[in-house]
Amino acid sequence: MRETLSFKVSRAVVLGALIIFVAVPLYVIVVSSFKPLKDVSGQWTWWPENFTIAPYITMWETVPLANYFVNSVIISVSATALALTFGILAAFALTRLRWKGQRAFSLIVLSTQMFPGILFLLPLYLIFVQIQRVFGVQLIGNYGGMIITYTTFALPFAIWMLMGFFAAMPEELEEAAMIDGMTRFGAFIRVILPIARPAIVAVGVFAFMNAWGEVLFASVLTTADTRTLAIGMQAFTTNVDVRWNEAMSASVVISIPVLLAFLLVQKHIVQGLAAGAVK
Amino acid sequence: MATLTVQPPLNPLEDPEHFFPKRRKKRNLLPYLLILPAAIAELLIHIIPMALGVYISFVQLNQVSIRNWLAAPFVGFANYVNGLNPAGAIGAEFFETLARTIIYTVLTVGISWSLGTAAAYFLTSRFRGQAVIRMFFLVPYAVPAFVGIIAWAFMFNQQDGLINTVLVDQLHLLQEGPFWLVGPLSFFVLVIVSVWGIWPFAFLLQLAALQTVPHEVHEAASIDGAGRWRTFWGVTLPMIRASNVVLLLLMFLATFNQFNVPFVLFGVSSPKEAQLISPLIYQFSFGTWNFGLGSAVSALLLAFLVIVTAIYVRLVMPKEKSSRA
Repeated sequence: MRETLSFKVSRAVVLGALIIFVAVPLYVIVVSSFKPLKDVSGQWTWWPENFTIAPYITMWETVPLANYFVNSVIISVSATALALTFGILAAFALTRLRWKGQRAFSLIVLSTQMFPGILFLLPLYLIFVQIQRVFGVQLIGNYGGMIITYTTFALPFAIWMLMGFFAAMPEELEEAAMIDGMTRFGAFIRVILPIARPAIVAVGVFAFMNAWGEVLFASVLTTADTRTLAIGMQAFTTNVDVRWNEAMSASVVISIPVLLAFLLVQKHIVQGLAAGAVK
Repeated sequence: MATLTVQPPLNPLEDPEHFFPKRRKKRNLLPYLLILPAAIAELLIHIIPMALGVYISFVQLNQVSIRNWLAAPFVGFANYVNGLNPAGAIGAEFFETLARTIIYTVLTVGISWSLGTAAAYFLTSRFRGQAVIRMFFLVPYAVPAFVGIIAWAFMFNQQDGLINTVLVDQLHLLQEGPFWLVGPLSFFVLVIVSVWGIWPFAFLLQLAALQTVPHEVHEAASIDGAGRWRTFWGVTLPMIRASNVVLLLLMFLATFNQFNVPFVLFGVSSPKEAQLISPLIYQFSFGTWNFGLGSAVSALLLAFLVIVTAIYVRLVMPKEKSSRA
């Protein structure tokens, strides 16, 4: 279609306004992370007059940020790995095999996506307390409880996306391998999974992002030892003296890994969403 | 679109049995073994707590009885009556919060959808810098939610934050900087910050959806003399209706259950003008330790969501179903 002048003008206006809206908070984060404490405590300035990288060094001492970092990495990586494993197995069963209860299972799993988290936070807490009392397995203030929780949060979405990807792969590929003597499942693992790797990575990044940024359950299920970044970060702004510059430098360090990962796989996420949403 | 091509996983010829007829017994167990880990996780984290939550809504559970919560006294519908009685303080707060949450959701989803759709539409036309802008718009969605919210809290600081500095000292629009994070303005801050975080999701899905619309459609409409605006509403949007149905539902659920934004912006208790339903339940449960009431309100919330979703699905889905058959 021909691009008229009025189209070009409205495009420039809308996109320009959105760029400012998106950019300002991001700019504030980055620029404030290079200011000394007295400059972020006073009147806002657009430019760091006393440029310093000190916040990137002192932030590790103000709060036990390194511990939080390790906790977040352990919990998020484990939850992602489990969600992918469980999700791949279930998505295989749902797209390649035929069994009783198939429809009911996928309906139940997908509908759990709509449960508001606040709804089962307390019951989950009580169940964890009870498990500890009866079986002596500690789940609160322990990595295990957080890992299994975040695994489950990622599952409905992972299964949904993976089903879309697997369904799009021709079954002839596996059949060829099966004629060579592999089982159906073996053929799936050796033939389909390698092809679906970009899609699986995309789903993994998604699961990781969710665990990395989750606040509600982390606020109740973690203790001082297992606190994640999402909760630990708040210490910068709730302590007696609010250290905005360190909060911002910590934000930069926390964001960069997920940001890079997401931007690298966003193409696959777009494709997966398109395929899933169209169905 | 590729997944739309009919794929019959149920074709008997492709059944493993066709190749391994003797393995019948093993095959019957395999699917259940495969879904077992997912099923256990779902049961432990989603299903059982959900059922337990319904049970708790019928007992009196507080700080004292929580130590031995299985023995908490049964109180019937008392918690529901408490939560639903508009004459009581708790019931009044519940209905007020529910109404506010609905307004908040309509505003946030409406604005986010419009921004996301407009951006996706403009970015499907080709121009210099298009790819960079596309990536840039996804950044708020990719960074952890709490990072963006903390930045906004910093900007809306009354004393010397960016917003008031610009409004008062740089643009001279106001005599004195208002309080953004307490009082009536806090509701609008809540909407703005929520939109910032969620509009890229609308953008992402619309971008994906628009890729499925063939270019010729627009050409044909423009030959007919339809302008861009009319072509978009009359031709393009109906073609991406299916994914918009899903997009709006996902955004509605995420926004209605919003917890992160108020929690990071305001702390454990929101200003009353910006109280939403999820933080209210959090406060009932972990602020006043009235877990029975918190669970009753939770159950009501779920019932509300199920009903709204069912009505929505019924209203918008039939068309898709019949066209797929």
